[in-house]
Amino acid sequence: MPIAHEFEYAKPETIEEAVGILNKHGTDAQVLAGGTDVVPGLRDGLVSPKLVVDIKGIAGLSGIKREENALRVGALATFTDLIESELVQKHVPLLREMAMTVASVGVRNRATITGNICSAVPSCDSGPVLLVLGASIHATGPNGERTMPVAEWFTGPKTTALGSAEIVTSVSLPIPQEEHGAAYVKLGRYRGEDLAQASVAVLALPDSEYRIAFGAVAPTPLRANRIEELLRGKVFGDALIDDAKKLVPDETSPIADIRASREYREHMLPIMFERGLRAAVARLAGDGPAYGAQLI
Amino acid sequence: MKRSITLNVNGEGRSIDVEPNETLLEVLRERLGIKSPKIGCERGDCGSCTVLLDGRSMRSCLILAVEADGHDIVTIEGLSKDGPTELQQAFIDNNSFQCGFCAPGIVLAATELLARNPSPTEDEVKEAISGNLCRCTGYDPIVKAVLDVGSGRARRQRSGPPPREESTG
Repeated sequence: MPIAHEFEYAKPETIEEAVGILNKHGTDAQVLAGGTDVVPGLRDGLVSPKLVVDIKGIAGLSGIKREENALRVGALATFTDLIESELVQKHVPLLREMAMTVASVGVRNRATITGNICSAVPSCDSGPVLLVLGASIHATGPNGERTMPVAEWFTGPKTTALGSAEIVTSVSLPIPQEEHGAAYVKLGRYRGEDLAQASVAVLALPDSEYRIAFGAVAPTPLRANRIEELLRGKVFGDALIDDAKKLVPDETSPIADIRASREYREHMLPIMFERGLRAAVARLAGDGPAYGAQLI
Repeated sequence: MKRSITLNVNGEGRSIDVEPNETLLEVLRERLGIKSPKIGCERGDCGSCTVLLDGRSMRSCLILAVEADGHDIVTIEGLSKDGPTELQQAFIDNNSFQCGFCAPGIVLAATELLARNPSPTEDEVKEAISGNLCRCTGYDPIVKAVLDVGSGRARRQRSGPPPREESTG
């Protein structure tokens, strides 16, 4: 079925030019990067802009760079770029483990991590991982540049803190201390194209510090503060895991949708959390399954 | 408003005027007569519209034709200009087609895999084609064809039986 909606197309060459276009056209303009969400949205009538603004011609939005204690992921970096990046593999293997679960090669070659968080569907794979890493999101708008913590980014299903006429230019990921273990566990119906039915990201740091986030089980990806608090400083073992699993229902509010029933999500979440937690702790100890291994 | 774009399709520059809402898939099929990319789900799930864009497999249903201006596009028609590739021949030898609808996409996805990873494992093959749906349940012979190329078995079979099994020399 062709795209029935008609629109104009602009391909600015600088971020200033792009912001100027967005500022002029307001909600009539739609930013386009990888297009794996935008094009189906155009076809389905979920978005009906008068102007599509392709940002792929803007220099400086590509690539993954090392900065002081962070990786700077450009707005045009695809999931394949993340998977193939030696910097990512060396410093933030969790990001690679997550990227490998996103859709399939043909989508990962095109889809960007920045687009993933801008679409902000509750099941987005990037959300839980960026939350446990404490990422920052850099945007440029009519009033210049600003940086937002990812904790303030997701404001609801498909909504974000991004202002009108603002464009995300990059995402900064603080590099966790060398000694860390992490895991991303994604439940899906099959390996190819599926969105997460539920997901959990775990970061285990020395001295029994943990960061945990869930995806697809609330209106936005969310940090599990109460579970983190319970685990902090405690001796790791079966009893502690059991106590922590009991808090999972308090932290999450899954719904039934086309991909899974509420009951199935509720049943699987504590199991996924335990698998992720055990893998992260084992990896912290220099043991455990290799990053990218199927944990569920 | 129509825009003039140039696509480098299968090594040949094709200039064409397109509307911004035309997808690359539609332009290839309906305007340029290249029919190997198929119209399937049109939302990136099935992989039947796969083309290689600058050497990477992508969903032509999710790309506006204007976005592809100036880029290299390879379809099955370009791949087999000089007869079937080794991979395509392995598909024939393994009976990896039934209805054939998914085949162009899977061949292109596997071509990309083999270009980057000439000897993939079975898991790597399955991962590479996991976004290409085959509804004839033909996955086993498809995976076998790709593995045959990766292991060099396809080449040995075409050139007659080897004098000895597997030389590591």
